[in-house]
Amino acid sequence: MKGGFRVCPTTSLRVHRQADGLIKANAVVATVSLLVGGITGLLVLLTRWQAVHLLDAVMFYRVLTIHGMSMLIFFIIFFEMAVLYFAGPVLLNSRVPAPKLGWSMFWLMLLGAVMVEWTMFTGRADVLFTSYVPLKAHPLFYLGVILFAVGTLITVAIFFGSLVVAKREKTYEGSVPLVTYGAIAAAIIAVITLVHGAAIYIPTFFWSIGIGNVDPQVYRMVWWGLGHSSQQINVAAMVAVWYLLGALTVGSAVINEKISRTAFVLYILFISMASAHHLLVDPGMGPTWKVVNTSYFMYMAVLASMIHGFTVPAGIEVGQRVRGFTKGMFEWLRRAPWGDPGFSALVFSVIIFGFVGGITGVTFGTEQINIIAHNTLRIPGHFHATVVAGTALAFMGVTYYVIPLIFRKKVAFWSLAKIQPYLFAFGMLIFSVAMTFAGTFGIPRRHWDMTFSDALFDLQFSPAANLVVTVMALGGLIAALGGAIYILVTVWSVFLGQPMEGDATYVDARSS
Amino acid sequence: MHTGVESPRGVWWKPAHKAEKVWVVLAFAWCMVLFAMMPLWHWKGGQNPSGIRARVEPEAYRARTEEFIATYQVGEEENGIPIVEPPPGSDVYLLGQMWLWTPSLRLQKDVEYTLHLSSVDVNHGFSLYPFNINFQVVPGYDYGLRVTPTEAGDFRIVCNEFCGVGHHVMVGRVEVIDPAAAAERDESEPEEAQDLTLNAPDEGGEGDR
Repeated sequence: MKGGFRVCPTTSLRVHRQADGLIKANAVVATVSLLVGGITGLLVLLTRWQAVHLLDAVMFYRVLTIHGMSMLIFFIIFFEMAVLYFAGPVLLNSRVPAPKLGWSMFWLMLLGAVMVEWTMFTGRADVLFTSYVPLKAHPLFYLGVILFAVGTLITVAIFFGSLVVAKREKTYEGSVPLVTYGAIAAAIIAVITLVHGAAIYIPTFFWSIGIGNVDPQVYRMVWWGLGHSSQQINVAAMVAVWYLLGALTVGSAVINEKISRTAFVLYILFISMASAHHLLVDPGMGPTWKVVNTSYFMYMAVLASMIHGFTVPAGIEVGQRVRGFTKGMFEWLRRAPWGDPGFSALVFSVIIFGFVGGITGVTFGTEQINIIAHNTLRIPGHFHATVVAGTALAFMGVTYYVIPLIFRKKVAFWSLAKIQPYLFAFGMLIFSVAMTFAGTFGIPRRHWDMTFSDALFDLQFSPAANLVVTVMALGGLIAALGGAIYILVTVWSVFLGQPMEGDATYVDARSS
Repeated sequence: MHTGVESPRGVWWKPAHKAEKVWVVLAFAWCMVLFAMMPLWHWKGGQNPSGIRARVEPEAYRARTEEFIATYQVGEEENGIPIVEPPPGSDVYLLGQMWLWTPSLRLQKDVEYTLHLSSVDVNHGFSLYPFNINFQVVPGYDYGLRVTPTEAGDFRIVCNEFCGVGHHVMVGRVEVIDPAAAAERDESEPEEAQDLTLNAPDEGGEGDR
């Protein structure tokens, strides 16, 4: 397999040919998954918006399953694999160890993803994202997830290998950069997550072909060790991307390495137990188990997010002041590069993740409040603020740097790209807040018909609930427009865009 | 000064800036308040999801529910669902299955019952409309909750866990009657239906058996 390095004309980093290739491949598949998840998300929205009510019930639940898997698993994890190849080999000026294995694992993940998509699209896996046993999907659905997880796990191992190689070959001095450190935290959480995934999907696969049995409550417990912990990979990766975007857009300072790194360690130590908040109104667990796992453990992970929520904006301020924007209290903010989509995406990601996603998440994770939030629209309202307006928006922001730095292409439709984070963040903010309010009326999530027209007993939500759902739909449409612009800009830039100027030939390390 | 993409040189374990210290202390203190609140509320509050938990075979639970219906059924079936009026203080069995809640319950106001929830097929979600009180219903597990209805009225049970393609038609009924008001009404003109306020009913269940 061809090796060699190029020197990035912008950052002076040495970039390995295989790192470039693997980042590109993973990013492209992530964007395709985002497109599938986005179209299905729009269809879900147009069905829940009672005035349109587009799909029939069978298609609605099928499309909802596809939306969840494509977004929460395929889009985000393929993107995170790209982040790992960037934070390891690229930031450490190092090579990708075992590139052949890396490519094999990429193809294995793609195979798993295609298997899962096939079972879902053909109606063999109408079980939603959570696939709670004893709802049963086609065995290839579970097998696809397992193959995808194996590929992910080994890619994570390659990332750890790249740290060892860089250290041994002395490609950097001192400690790893903070962004790499954050990626290490994400990678460790990924291992914890994938172990849970193996522990639950392997027995469930065997159950689906008629071997053995899976207890529904045990499934819920172990599955959430995967389902929620995977959101913690997203959080850690998102925060690493926050620091990355800060550095790239305004030269953000790391105010204190000790504080920021300790916060990442808190994620690793405490976030897995926080998965217990999905089981707060379950019959299988006792109050002690629920209270310990969701109060003590979860709040220490919350502390970590509170710390990053301070250090990231403070780092931006210090970076801006060093660049000379020192007048008064807020010149640094006023003169920030608001027309840089990387910067606006960073700011909105921090704000919406913290204020909407964080506050709703912490309150719903309380034993008693969970009684009025569980499985209502409040829950998707919460996680669209965290994982969409937070993680996905941060990933969108960093894409505007990946295109010139890694794909070596100019970002097309720059004026559209400039407004994209504003549209997406504004739409998602309205969407998630309205969805949360809709949940307070008791409107269930994952539900085809909130008018209950075919139900045995009549049930009519108040007209106010309908109004809130309409607001939610309008917010969702704005966000969908922002998402469509993102896909247009990235696909056009990568495949039809103008190449960047500057030398980008790979030079073999031995001959240089 | 360096950014997050640059390697810090030398020892980076350095004292934090005062502003940062203050923030960490404030955030930590707030986390400790939250940390204390949940167990405190659990002991002092009147509404907890803990309940009485037991494993139960789905068929055994179905048999229990059928016996419960046979014992306390009143009047006609409504929409094919039997109406059951259990005596005060009794064990009440509600069974979730694709895509029905069985039976319809008629309970008395201000009387404590032990409400048992379970499923005979897949996961279901118990969601009491319009109070918006939600519990997970898991096959193989009997979730017993001590409940005291505090409002008279006609309530609905929505299924809020996806349970297959008929999920959205799964609605059950709970009627709460006020015996005192009913006796009064016999003597005077019928009153208008009472407005349902959003006071949460008292969900008891301090301990586990």
